[in-house]
Amino acid sequence: MIPSDLDDQLVRALGADLTPVHRLASPGLRLLMWLAILGAVALALAMVSDVGAMIRRLVAAPDMMWLAAIGSMLTAVLAAAAAFELSLPDRKATWALLPLPAFLLWIGASGMGCLRAWALPEAYPMPPVHTEACLIFIVGVSLPLSLLLIVMLRRGFSLRPNLTAIIGGLACASAAATLLNFIHPYDAAATDLAVHAFAVVIVILVNTIFGGRILVSKSALTAR
Amino acid sequence: MDARAASQDTEIDCRRAAWMVAAQAGDRTAYETLLRDCIPFIKRVARGQGIRPDFMDDVVQETLLTVHQARQTYDPNRSFTAWLRTIAQRRAIDGLRRAHRTGTREVYAPLAYENHSDPSGDPEEAAFQRDHTEVRDSAIGKLSSRQREAVEHLALQSQSLAQAATVTGRSTGSLRVDWHRALKTLRAQFGGKD
Repeated sequence: MIPSDLDDQLVRALGADLTPVHRLASPGLRLLMWLAILGAVALALAMVSDVGAMIRRLVAAPDMMWLAAIGSMLTAVLAAAAAFELSLPDRKATWALLPLPAFLLWIGASGMGCLRAWALPEAYPMPPVHTEACLIFIVGVSLPLSLLLIVMLRRGFSLRPNLTAIIGGLACASAAATLLNFIHPYDAAATDLAVHAFAVVIVILVNTIFGGRILVSKSALTAR
Repeated sequence: MDARAASQDTEIDCRRAAWMVAAQAGDRTAYETLLRDCIPFIKRVARGQGIRPDFMDDVVQETLLTVHQARQTYDPNRSFTAWLRTIAQRRAIDGLRRAHRTGTREVYAPLAYENHSDPSGDPEEAAFQRDHTEVRDSAIGKLSSRQREAVEHLALQSQSLAQAATVTGRSTGSLRVDWHRALKTLRAQFGGKD
């Protein structure tokens, strides 16, 4: 089959535009780099908070908080892994389902934890005045993490930029919710869960609107 | 037979992967060879997705552009053909969506297009404009050279007094005097009307 004149012109134009490129690191390596930065933030928070109290609170039976913390941490890792996979053009959209089980564990355990406030008299739910601080923490920590993630994802070339941005937003929001445990000495309560969910939705929306646009502009079809 | 076909496919894939690795390093010849080699494959994939022949060129070109922009993401440890197939399928789906949008919003009516009158092509209006320009140019041509210069810069080229003074090397006062004298002369030529 002989290429048409138009195809041949385009091939020559793309050949003329060719510059050597650095091959993109594997999604696993890029994930590790992002997690390393997340780990550094966690370390900094651990140095200024009472880690012993946090661990005692999380493992106190029959509280479901430790399960929720594991769920949010796994959601962050798996969502970031899925976002890095989706940033490659040959990966299937089903990668977006990777964080789903961990996400369900996180939401389920948090929801179950809420029942403790009614079932157990010694439960210590968060006073309403502190909900604002939770919201600011999750959004405030998520935004720089999102910026970093979008910059890293932009090195790839996603054919589904909006989906990639949504999953990236979930990774950042769940990472921030995990880090919140360092400075959050309260048991789960319905208002607490609602505030966390609201913050996560805000972060995902911001990522979808701004991150999606950045990734869409990257995938716009113009020769560099 | 199947084993032979599979072996041939593997060989083609290895060859394309080698060209792509060379292209990532900046080898233009290998890159152009690879892109030309990919075109029939892209067309095959697009046809498989249900792309009509009149949209085929768009899908091929968008796939080639995507390959160009995403070339840093190709990992030589993976199949090049599979990488290309996914991109071509995605661009074919985009093409189908675009074709559907075009089909629902636009009507193909070549006769209506040909019979539609062009308001900018009114011959009466064009003749009037031509006459108007000729009369104006003739009147300006009768002015003195300094007055003509003032009219050309201040009226025809819409320059400010300062800009006209810079361009002509004259003072703004001199230009203003010639501008008013030119207006007076032109009014007289047109029977005292503006």
